[in-house]
Amino acid sequence: MSDILNSLVQIVGEKGVSNHPEEIWFYSRDPGTLEPHEPDFVVAPRRVDEVRDIVKFAYEKSIPLVPMGNGMALTGLVRPLKGGIVMDMKRMNKILEVNERGRYVVLEGGVSQGQLKAYLEDNYPHLRHSIPDAPPGTTIAANVALHGQGRLTQQYGFNSDMVTGLEVVLPTGEVCKVGSCSIGPYWFSKGPSLPDISGLFLGWLGATGVFTKVGLRLFPRKSLRDVEVFVTDRADLVEDIIYRLTHTEMIEDLTIWFQPKPMIFKDNYHINVYFTGDTEEEIEFKRKMIWDSLKVHMDSKDGGFMGVGAMKATFLEEPQRSIAAFADVPKGGGFEYSGPISPIEHFAKYTAKVYELAAKYNLLFAGTARVISGGHAMMYGISFAFNRADKEMMNNVKEALEEANEFTLEHGSIPWKPTVSEQQMTMNMMDPNTLKIMKMIKKNLDPKGIMNPGNWEVS
Amino acid sequence: MYSLKHDEEVCATCPSPDCLLKCQYMDMDKEQAHEEIMKVVQGEDSLVLHKCMTCYGCEEYCRRGNHPYYLICEKREEKGILTAARPITNQWINMTSMQGKSMTGAIEEKALSCCLIPELKGLGRGRLFEDIAPSFIVGAEFMCPAVHTHFAKMSVVKDRLPKVLENYSALNVKEVVCLHDECYATFTSIAPAYGIEVPFEPIHYMDYLLEKLHVLKDEIQPLNVRAAYQRPCSNRLIPDKLHLVKEIMDLIGVDLMEREYQGENSLCCGEILRTISGYQLTDDVQKRNIDDMAASGAEYSVFNCPFCQTTLSEKAIKAGLKPIHMIDLCKMAIGEKQGGAIK
Repeated sequence: MSDILNSLVQIVGEKGVSNHPEEIWFYSRDPGTLEPHEPDFVVAPRRVDEVRDIVKFAYEKSIPLVPMGNGMALTGLVRPLKGGIVMDMKRMNKILEVNERGRYVVLEGGVSQGQLKAYLEDNYPHLRHSIPDAPPGTTIAANVALHGQGRLTQQYGFNSDMVTGLEVVLPTGEVCKVGSCSIGPYWFSKGPSLPDISGLFLGWLGATGVFTKVGLRLFPRKSLRDVEVFVTDRADLVEDIIYRLTHTEMIEDLTIWFQPKPMIFKDNYHINVYFTGDTEEEIEFKRKMIWDSLKVHMDSKDGGFMGVGAMKATFLEEPQRSIAAFADVPKGGGFEYSGPISPIEHFAKYTAKVYELAAKYNLLFAGTARVISGGHAMMYGISFAFNRADKEMMNNVKEALEEANEFTLEHGSIPWKPTVSEQQMTMNMMDPNTLKIMKMIKKNLDPKGIMNPGNWEVS
Repeated sequence: MYSLKHDEEVCATCPSPDCLLKCQYMDMDKEQAHEEIMKVVQGEDSLVLHKCMTCYGCEEYCRRGNHPYYLICEKREEKGILTAARPITNQWINMTSMQGKSMTGAIEEKALSCCLIPELKGLGRGRLFEDIAPSFIVGAEFMCPAVHTHFAKMSVVKDRLPKVLENYSALNVKEVVCLHDECYATFTSIAPAYGIEVPFEPIHYMDYLLEKLHVLKDEIQPLNVRAAYQRPCSNRLIPDKLHLVKEIMDLIGVDLMEREYQGENSLCCGEILRTISGYQLTDDVQKRNIDDMAASGAEYSVFNCPFCQTTLSEKAIKAGLKPIHMIDLCKMAIGEKQGGAIK
């Protein structure tokens, strides 16, 4: 053990390595319901050559290695299931380049969402990125590694669709560039018109390499932003409402949510419609188009726009902090969700299941959905809050989420940032030839199986 | 269940059906107005039941005190006619339901009612309220249910109002100063219209303010500003209190500007119109209203109802006006900071 420690110290210095119990405790868990797994070492590199040397060392010694951003996935994705080294990327936090006219940024693998947001606001006020509704300390690289979604996902797709290039340290230690940056200084395309090899890394949850640099698309930041909230009590209408709203092609973000408490939200489905503009005229024009698109449902009295009033400031927050407030409703600060990427047509079915599970397991729930890419799919979040001190409640949440996952998988959904058991369930349902390709990729890139072992592990 | 005291004969013999003739949202001649209100009275379908915007105006226009607005609401509910979307209607019912979360201070015989509007608790502080602020009441258990008339849910009003009054009664209060105009209107208009006894004396906050300002007269520094007043819908139920606005303004040195849309011709803030009718009518009404305030030469737009203030503040600011609640204006006049109003 001390040999490994000494080797790691030689690479990153004493302050960049730890095997102290407090760090081991901290890096063994995430805030979800899954049981902790202890690493043997925690290492925090500052440069790509240090990452490379750590990975090479781990490969040579066959030591499991888990790259980590902020560890907030809630689904236990950076718990070191087989021990070894957790590589905390947060010290690699430089924003390397902003190409203003090309609207992209190149940043190191530990840059956080909050850091990029603040940097752009200070230096490029006309640009923004697709910030997720996650704590601001979560990292860009981890977000794209798990196909994250954010505030601009309705308009532009998954945050991983916004990647314009990658620098990845492969499990064998080579530093590999992906996209236009592999042939020149520009980071404008992760694939086209080259063969797009970013798929060897995006969505693999760190099981095929460590992201040391990410190129990311930026988007116009309009000077005005507003929200309207459409409310209906019929889950079966939500699919049509989404279809009509996305037809306007004017919506920045589209989220659907329902929860039993407080009473103002009881029994209704709320559709938050975000839109932007550079002038009052633009905003008002879009507002009218949005209202007009749902006239049929207003005329039938099945739905209407609610007065947002004092709630508007909360709705417009980026990221939204109301999720943290939900986690503390039963006291004890626990919160976990299942987030299947789903066909929109299943909204009503999934919603009925949420109510059923909440009743069966006696849990407080919140249901959310975010429309993806103009209405091709939605990320459906089934969230349960729990008291961390209440083991029975935590277990109920775990069982309820497992049942939810099973149900949504059976209905054609794909689990988002899946737990290891969800990954296994998914692979069990997968076409054998697809599975074969995944196995080939993993085996060739990571022949010793050291990278984030347990994740996307094809048996 | 209580029932509305409405006299069919009063409508049948009405020489001038002002209730509908003066309506700002339906255009009728005298003959049609009479016909339509009689259809409502006799339980027939009427365009009134489909087009009423619930501005409360007809309660004020009716000179014979026959409660046309409450009648329209009753008949709508009887026929299952929704004014707003069903989920919005239920949202209001749910969010105002009694959940045992009310707060009361050190209650004395005279209490200060903040309805279900926490911001009013902030307004009801300072020297003007030092006598009664500790005896505050806020919460759904003490909320006036008049808002449900907008959704034609008179059953909710009739169910909840007696409970609200019981809750007040349990506190042994003798006088209640209502910071929400609509609470006072509920206790003095809706309750008697349904034969519901109010077990205390309701006091409109403007009456209270006037009295206090007289006491503090020597400390008033005339503000020497011009203001346009936004009259809320609830004030249509208590037109006898309208004069208080001018009296208070005079006392604190505020020039209350003449407007096209004032008194009986006041325009709704638009929030309920938006819910019931959509943006076209709302945009039109709000634009006319704000333009009229600005054209009057006012520097301030003065609000009585916090909801009106929330709804119109941004538009008022964009028109170069300074939105402010009546109470805050009075606080300014005695050199106090504003507090609690929705900015």
